[in-house]
Amino acid sequence: MKRSAELRNNQKELYYFRWRLGIAAAAAMLLFTLLVGRFFFLQVVQYEYFHTLAENNRISLVPVVPNRGLILDRNGVVLAHSYSAYTLEITPSKVKDLEATISELAGLVDIQARDRRRFKKLMEESRNFESLPIRGRLNDVEVARFAANRYRFPGVDIKARLFRHYPKGELASHAIGHIGRINDADLDRLEESDALANYRGSDHIGKLGIEQSYERQLHGITGFEQVETDAGGRAIRTLSRRNPVSGNNLTLTIDSRLQEVAEKAFDQHRGALVAIEPKSGEVLAFVSKPGFDPNLFIDGIDPVSWDALNNSLDKPLNNRALRGQYPPGSTFKPFMALAGLELNKRSPSYAISDPGYFMLPGNSHHYRDWKPGGHGSVDLQKSIIISCDTYYYGLANDLGPDNIFNFIGQFGFGKKTGIDIEGETSGLLPSREWKMKRYKQKWYAGDTISVGIGQGYNLATPLQLAFATAILANQGKVIRPHMVRSILDSGTNQVQLAETKPQTTLNLKPENLELVKKAMIGVTQPGGTAPRVGANAPYLVAGKTGTAQVIAIKQTEKYVESRVSERHRDHALFIAYAPADDPRIALAILVENGGHGGSIAGPIARAVLDYYLLGKLPAPPVAAAPVVEEEHD
Amino acid sequence: MIKIDPRRLWQQLTANVDSLLLSFLLMLMMIGLVVLYSASGQDLGKTTSQMINMLVALSLMWGVAKVPPQHLARLALPAYAAGLLLLLGVMLFGEVSHGARRWLHIGVTRIQPSEIMKLAVPLMLAWFLDKREKTLNLKDYGIAALLLVVPVGLILKQPDLGTSLLITASGFYVLFLAGLSWRIILGLAGLFALSAPILWSLMHDYQRQRILTLLDPSQDPLGAGYHIIQSSIALGSGGVFGKGWLNGTQAHLDFLPERTTDFIFAVFSEEFGLAGNLILLALFLLVIGRGMVIAAKAPTLFSRLLAGSLTLTFFTYAFVNMGMVSGILPVVGVPLPLISYGGTSMVTLLLGFGMLMSIQTHRKLVQS
Repeated sequence: MKRSAELRNNQKELYYFRWRLGIAAAAAMLLFTLLVGRFFFLQVVQYEYFHTLAENNRISLVPVVPNRGLILDRNGVVLAHSYSAYTLEITPSKVKDLEATISELAGLVDIQARDRRRFKKLMEESRNFESLPIRGRLNDVEVARFAANRYRFPGVDIKARLFRHYPKGELASHAIGHIGRINDADLDRLEESDALANYRGSDHIGKLGIEQSYERQLHGITGFEQVETDAGGRAIRTLSRRNPVSGNNLTLTIDSRLQEVAEKAFDQHRGALVAIEPKSGEVLAFVSKPGFDPNLFIDGIDPVSWDALNNSLDKPLNNRALRGQYPPGSTFKPFMALAGLELNKRSPSYAISDPGYFMLPGNSHHYRDWKPGGHGSVDLQKSIIISCDTYYYGLANDLGPDNIFNFIGQFGFGKKTGIDIEGETSGLLPSREWKMKRYKQKWYAGDTISVGIGQGYNLATPLQLAFATAILANQGKVIRPHMVRSILDSGTNQVQLAETKPQTTLNLKPENLELVKKAMIGVTQPGGTAPRVGANAPYLVAGKTGTAQVIAIKQTEKYVESRVSERHRDHALFIAYAPADDPRIALAILVENGGHGGSIAGPIARAVLDYYLLGKLPAPPVAAAPVVEEEHD
Repeated sequence: MIKIDPRRLWQQLTANVDSLLLSFLLMLMMIGLVVLYSASGQDLGKTTSQMINMLVALSLMWGVAKVPPQHLARLALPAYAAGLLLLLGVMLFGEVSHGARRWLHIGVTRIQPSEIMKLAVPLMLAWFLDKREKTLNLKDYGIAALLLVVPVGLILKQPDLGTSLLITASGFYVLFLAGLSWRIILGLAGLFALSAPILWSLMHDYQRQRILTLLDPSQDPLGAGYHIIQSSIALGSGGVFGKGWLNGTQAHLDFLPERTTDFIFAVFSEEFGLAGNLILLALFLLVIGRGMVIAAKAPTLFSRLLAGSLTLTFFTYAFVNMGMVSGILPVVGVPLPLISYGGTSMVTLLLGFGMLMSIQTHRKLVQS
């Protein structure tokens, strides 16, 4: 009985389910019929209308490239800008015989074999329906000549495009960097950061320096224009437009006139100079010599210029200020002296008697002073003024590697300064762990000795030296060095200023700082190693010379400059800040193969300080250098 | 030594495959590959990768078809619970892509939990209603509705309007087929109409924009209207017989957005015209018809409801996508089933068809 009821129930349920399913099927049929109706309407009733739209009048979305932001120096001098110029462009998919068309075009405008080669390369890299430039920067005559003959060339058009220009050429080229054509690697990076849509229509992207690191600020937001085009793909009229938003303008901390003075002071020498305003961390000058003309790189550098730059022994493409790693040499000594004072390993009055060498107990190795015979009695003051090596050999030994690593590390040695352009190297401040990791060797007492005078494993970039000097000048306040002072948002017109607050302040005793400062002033006075820097200057300069060995000299040999080939001569180093009592500028100079710090790097420092502090341009005749050399560059 | 009889082996391999349904599916997938090759700009790599997607999905379908429906029923609750947990995971730790939080990283791969729910929700509801079969009352419908609303709400928050609508539909189909009273259905419809203004205010700007754009595409030709205008031109200019394979100008001149995924139907329609559309619709109808037959013959309430819901959801996919491309429905991100490029939706769809086949081929066993 119960079972039959259940069966009946099941039967009823199944019947009801099928009834519902039938309703759903009917509804589905109805909706599909609706679709068929819609298809019929679009594809039969309105066919002519859509056919015309698709075939004759195509609506296309044309990206409107934003104007790239300006790069200005701290006084508003333009260092990079964009201008509009005409290019001749071909859409390959709309041209029947490409070779013939190009040959015919060559009769109207100047098209070189180089242009053809570049066009071919562009075609391989892009999709067929894109409009590609065959010739850039047309002059007015060429524009007019083509315009008159345009009807003969379907698929060829003149477009206004934006070109980047660096009006100062080589000046500060390693800081500003350059843009270049977007390549596959750039595309991948853009896709990853979800920024690809904004680069529709953009051909260029920042490749180096400020142009690279501030790409997001400089690029701007791409606009769009919806245009109706004819069968040849030419725009007939604009239907709607969303304006692009220009890139933001950058004001750099660099003073282009100071930069110019500094670059000129280098004359023919290779090297680097970084000048920082201690109170703000602003980079006032950023020199890496030789430089290069960034304008060459914008549309792909031609092979001849590239080989010349890349194969040059002078390595003009190396950013020495940012990436060059050199032993800091004796410029390390003021920091060592401060370590000795702060860690109570030396008192100001403690003096050694310098025989001209240092020996570790129980070892016959002579660590030689640069002055054979020694300096006699040397205290802390004198050790800096005359740059006594023996004093620091002993001090390093007393401090030990851990103290040196920890104390000196606070001044930024061995780590990146965090400057706002990419590619910085971190130098090297050796430690026990580092040596174990790198060489699988334990630290030897002898390692400490050479580290004490900035040699051995020690490496620093000119930027790091300038940064450390700025911290010293700023009484231990650590401010991140930066090259962009402010950003003007072109959308909101608001100015965003860079952070200039100290990140940390080192715990240093004022009397110790004062002692080191006095000694560094002594360096630039008669009796010091760089007396010419301070000679007749109306301000006091605190400085320190340095020499970085390029080749090792054997224990029994003597370094004689004239005997060593020019490329193997020592590097000259100089660090300074001035005015010593209220520092407005701190700098580090490196002159590759420049011999002793004082003689070549010193005058460069003086020229920069005179200009920055007094507004004085260097007098053309410099006693040490022939006039002919001065006039170069 | 074991003797292998090839005929027996073949029989075993195909025992749980519904050959009629499979042949319709394969035809649609072939069309999918042909259109994809054209839509992707003759990208053989993309076409091959879709073929691999299909092979993977087909083998998963074959595997699911071997699982008897009563075992599928046992999977309902765990699958649903896991899906719900993963959705919560997405809300908390999900990866944001294109402004929506839909993906969840699990070890090396990332998954889209809403995709799991497309199967888990109908499974769960069918299982639940089957359990309460004898005593089905209003309270049970209430619980079922809650089981539906929670995941839909989570997916709506991601935000993913398309998927949440599809899951709502699949859940509603289960309730409808289980005999939800007409009074309630009409009442709900009325309630929806009344609450439309509130829903409107809860919508995201871009969702609102899509509905407005549907009413008048020319209002926003550059933004949301662009898709509709361009795909209408593609369809309309295809005419009766189409422009021919690989000859669609709209598609190849870069006018059509998303032309290998959501808008692939526009490419198909432009190249094969009204005639192609009718063939495609016919194939979809054959799949749906076969699904309904399977549902009508299914022995238990669970399998009936599941088969019915899966079939009707498949219909909904196809209708919503084609309606969207031809401009009678707003642009919601729903791919054209079996045709659009993408591995995830292919797998989900074929897993569903695997369940249908399981219901069909295990029928006799249950009866006997």
